[in-house]
Amino acid sequence: MKFREKAKIMDKEAMGRALRRIAHEIAEKTKGTEDLVIVGIRNRGAYLAERIAAYIGRAERIKVPVGVLDITLYRDDLTTVAEQPQVHKTEIGFDIAGKKIVLVDDVLYTGRTIRAALDALIDFGRPRYIQLAVLIDRGHRELPIRSDYIGKNVPTALKETVQVRLREVDGKDEAVILEQGDLR
Amino acid sequence: MTKWSRKDLCGLEDLSREEIELILSTAESFKEVTTREIKKVPALRGKTVVNLFYEPSTRTRVSFEVAAKRLSADVINVSTETSSVKKGETLIDTGRNIQALNADVIVVRHNCSGAAVMLARHVDVSVVNAGDGWHEHPTQALLDMFTLKEKLGRIEGLNVSIVGDIAHSRVARSNIYGLTKLGARVTVCAPKMLIPPGIEQLGVGATDDIDKALKSADAVNVLRMQFERDEGNAFPRQVEYFQAFGITRQRLEKAKKKIVVMHPGPLNRGIEISSEVADGPNSVILEQVTNGIAVRMAVLFLVSGAATK
Repeated sequence: MKFREKAKIMDKEAMGRALRRIAHEIAEKTKGTEDLVIVGIRNRGAYLAERIAAYIGRAERIKVPVGVLDITLYRDDLTTVAEQPQVHKTEIGFDIAGKKIVLVDDVLYTGRTIRAALDALIDFGRPRYIQLAVLIDRGHRELPIRSDYIGKNVPTALKETVQVRLREVDGKDEAVILEQGDLR
Repeated sequence: MTKWSRKDLCGLEDLSREEIELILSTAESFKEVTTREIKKVPALRGKTVVNLFYEPSTRTRVSFEVAAKRLSADVINVSTETSSVKKGETLIDTGRNIQALNADVIVVRHNCSGAAVMLARHVDVSVVNAGDGWHEHPTQALLDMFTLKEKLGRIEGLNVSIVGDIAHSRVARSNIYGLTKLGARVTVCAPKMLIPPGIEQLGVGATDDIDKALKSADAVNVLRMQFERDEGNAFPRQVEYFQAFGITRQRLEKAKKKIVVMHPGPLNRGIEISSEVADGPNSVILEQVTNGIAVRMAVLFLVSGAATK
């Protein structure tokens, strides 16, 4: 299937501003960031989590622990996908019991990834609470899940795809809407 | 990136380097799971793994059982001592019956070489070879390589010596296939009558001089002397073997200081290895057992994904 780029919804500057705002909102809502930890969902959520934690750390003069979650083994489509997806490592180097967790992902869509992430996280212990931060919310939820911090709400059609590109993996920071069709 | 598309894992001979590396990297992720407080993930929920063992085994069977349970699969152990095999049922019939019971993976250990391949051809469910005769024991070699990589950071370019009953050893054969594919230099060392003629064709060196085999080795894999497989008195006496080939502290003193000593178990202390070495600082024998769980989780996860499609 071919995709063509329909629109750029976020450039480097807009992404930076959105992440800084999310960082400040998190600091405000968690009241002083005590017991706060940030957990990013592989792959791109992990990089966003690092950036958000750095912004919070700079503003509050603290070091916010960051973890990385691989949700592959918790997916609800393991029995239907064509081949087993690649399993990567989960790296949570701290005890999450009693912690205020902010889960971070790049795009919120059906909500199934978040459902898997919640199950995966709770297998590590019983946190005080879990909140969700996403860079883009594109709608079309299939589960009763919502985000606490949103970089940008983007209404999309089902046949479209939202792609977040990050300098750590893709060489540049931007978010685009892709549409199915010929590359002309 | 390589994807796994094989229904079965019968040996390492057919696998590509990329497929072996995929299993090892998947196992790394599963090793993290085994260090958690809740050592369980739901990846194989609702799947059934049957352990079908025609030969005695503690380590391998328990390891597969633990691996399957940590993936949330249901596990059924069939011991041939207490099953219809005693009444003369063939391997294929037993396999088909297990399939009819809606199992998803059969882990088979058999005393005949080629048993796993034959079973895999006759059933649609996944078959994992847990050792077939003198042929292969792929998950053992995979866990040996996983441990080596963990200890030494790489496989490529390592000198690995395999010492012991090469002729009767499926562990040796799987290790030779796997290690050479990943770029290690393998030397086998044994009394001449226990080195199969033509072994060099597998890309390995052969010697009956233990000091030579240890001299430049980064790792030594010490095999169990399988006296139960000796037909026709080809084996040396136990005391003689220990004197000529046993891995002792004195012999290790002439080897690299950080040489990694592996053994697939069960140990014959005082025959192929001294207790001092088996329990000493170079030994990774118990780490191999721990790593076996992560490696078998990876194998069960990968094959069961490929079979359902």
